[in-house]
Amino acid sequence: MIPQFLTIQNAISFEESKIPVLERDVWHQAILENCSVGKTRIVALFAEKKNEGLIRLYCILGNDGRKLLHIGATDIAGPNYRYPCLTNQLPEAHRFERELFEEFAVLPEGHPWLKPVRKQNGTSFYKLGGEQIHEVAVGPVHAGIIEPGHFRFQCYGEKVLHLEIQLGYQHRGVEALMVKSDPLRQAVLAESIAGDTTIGHGMAYCHAIEGLSERSITPQRSQSLRAIALELERLSNHAGDLGALASDVGFLPSAAYFGRLRGEFLNILMELTGNRYGRSFVRPGGVSLDITAEMVRDFKKQLSTALTEMKDLAELFFSASSVLSRLEQTGILKQNVARELGIVGMTARASNLLRDVRQDYPTGIYRIHKINPVKMITGDVYARAKIRSLESKRSLQFIQERLDALPHDKIAQPCGPLKKQSMIVSLIEGWRGEIAHVALTHSQGEIRRYKIVDPSFHNWMALSVVMQNGQISDFPLCNKSFNFSYAGHDL
Amino acid sequence: MEFSALPFIIHIFILAITPPFFLGIIAKTKAFFAGRKGPPLLQVYYDLIKLFRKGAVYSKTASPLLKVAPVIIVATTFVAGLLLPITGKAPFHFEGDLILFAYLLALARFAIILAALDVGSSFEGMGASREATFGAFSELAFFLGLVVLAVTTNALSLNAIFQWESVHPTLKPVFLLLFFSFFLILLTENSRIPIDDPNTHLELTMIHEVMVLDYSGPDLGLILYSASMKLFLFMALTTSLLWPQPMEWEWISIGTLFLKIAGMAVAIGIVESANARLRLIKIPQFLIANFVVTVFALLVTVFNKGT
Repeated sequence: MIPQFLTIQNAISFEESKIPVLERDVWHQAILENCSVGKTRIVALFAEKKNEGLIRLYCILGNDGRKLLHIGATDIAGPNYRYPCLTNQLPEAHRFERELFEEFAVLPEGHPWLKPVRKQNGTSFYKLGGEQIHEVAVGPVHAGIIEPGHFRFQCYGEKVLHLEIQLGYQHRGVEALMVKSDPLRQAVLAESIAGDTTIGHGMAYCHAIEGLSERSITPQRSQSLRAIALELERLSNHAGDLGALASDVGFLPSAAYFGRLRGEFLNILMELTGNRYGRSFVRPGGVSLDITAEMVRDFKKQLSTALTEMKDLAELFFSASSVLSRLEQTGILKQNVARELGIVGMTARASNLLRDVRQDYPTGIYRIHKINPVKMITGDVYARAKIRSLESKRSLQFIQERLDALPHDKIAQPCGPLKKQSMIVSLIEGWRGEIAHVALTHSQGEIRRYKIVDPSFHNWMALSVVMQNGQISDFPLCNKSFNFSYAGHDL
Repeated sequence: MEFSALPFIIHIFILAITPPFFLGIIAKTKAFFAGRKGPPLLQVYYDLIKLFRKGAVYSKTASPLLKVAPVIIVATTFVAGLLLPITGKAPFHFEGDLILFAYLLALARFAIILAALDVGSSFEGMGASREATFGAFSELAFFLGLVVLAVTTNALSLNAIFQWESVHPTLKPVFLLLFFSFFLILLTENSRIPIDDPNTHLELTMIHEVMVLDYSGPDLGLILYSASMKLFLFMALTTSLLWPQPMEWEWISIGTLFLKIAGMAVAIGIVESANARLRLIKIPQFLIANFVVTVFALLVTVFNKGT
């Protein structure tokens, strides 16, 4: 597909020497050409510091239609690392290039809004002139129990003209910690990237390690159990978000019932993994706990009750006209905008953009057993709410099928040492969307660079865009309909 | 007219002590529909006691107006309550006191809007602007409703308006229209769903709640207390349209008052449970529709008088 780039597969390692290192301008041109025709998108764009004043930029592209991943690299030299920026032609690169600027002092020439993504350092916000414009600053401390983030609105009356989102308050330096830590701690760290996506990030990490290790057979049973845990995580978050949406529009019965349903899913997850959020369950080589035949029967009973309840609750919520009038036509993210911004996951699917790692780049049990993705056309708050209930039903059916056909082999098989001088790209469809972990090993077979891209890193821009010319009073509802991760973005 | 001290004292007692209780009934009703146990019926009293025992924090940019406003609000609401008959005759009544009633409530609104602008927070400015806009619409319907009542009963005093006894009011369609209209005004004026959400924590969508964000301790207690009193007054006024007070004071009228206001509180709880909030830009349409209902009531009255 891309002659200059190397075609790779999800969760399968390859030798570092195979990565084509191109001329700076060839690399730049190859990315632009492949993305501009709308065939591929940026999965990850990151840098690694080489010796002797040299920085290597890696770009991983995904072709969802043909289910192919590509990688290409380029070296840029110091002292003032420069390259022509991609953002002007390719808005989806916007946040990645700001990240490069912040972390490696790489200068993407011509970038329209070059300011750090995570550390504020007194940088100024985008400001509109005019006497009747007023500025509203929200956060980083919020009412309720959401994470910290700062929102700066430029308003004309109730109308929002511009919204700038400043994150980074939860930056913990996860990528650096991953390199410093021993393997036992790495798994724990990966699970803490975003607390509500413990299984998702945990699986992405484990797939990376299993793919990199010299010999690794992950037993079928553990792969089934992992998929069950991943779908349970999706279910609990979707149910919780629907409840939160109901409470934001002031529709109390749904708020309470969805909240209770979320508890049911968390409880099943706890019975399966020993923890309500699934911590310490997924480990390289398999999973840490097995389930008995009795538990399988019990889960199936609970899940079929949950399925009926989910249907009834969705019926109640989506048939109330006062709810619909609030959700419909609010915060519309059009398909072409979503494509330009490189939106992934559930948010993309609500905007008629079928992007789902489980279908496009399947790993583990998803290679054999398909789960059909759902998409909505309208891209408004309604679509993002409805898609949660539709996906929940698919996930519930998928879990029941997997419980019926659990393989009977082991739950874990230790992995061998890691391959030397290798690289791996591991993608997982977490409940928000595509989680990407990229690992590079050095000549002693230890991880020397670990890059994490949470779906929220791609998606945060969508919130700013849908708020333009919207009502400021609709902001909380729009924000909740996306429910992006602050911690996952901040790393 | 002989002056009897007992109804006077009981009126003041009911007005001063009971209003927070009915907020408890609304909360219980909403909890029932959400499948929850809900807070105790007396929770608002516990909250008030807690707030009055606390200290207060004031914004550095605020003027003394911030401290004066809660007192003005409580005082005006209380005096307005003295003009409205709730068990028997109103303690104070004179020709034209319905104008004073409406303006006392408007003065309370004026005070809270000024206080909200005073702290200089961008949230509270937004809340104040919303309150002023929606207040203008609901006051229009409220005044027109009072005019209809005045024309129907040939009286200009709240006391006389709500103390007819010759004709049972429900027999007149105009009272059904007015009841509907006053119920919606009640929801608007007291920041209930579908206009506002008294339970939300989302600063950007609030109307009433956002204006009092900078209040704490006893000041917040006074505001909460006066809000419950205002709700009580509106509930008493609205229910009196269908179930008026007796001419003379009797013990049983305390029972009927509690009964009808508790019924109203349950009705508010049901409306809040069955509806989501309106989108903010749709609220003026909603209030204008309500105004039209009142205009119909006026037309019905005027044509009835003519024939």
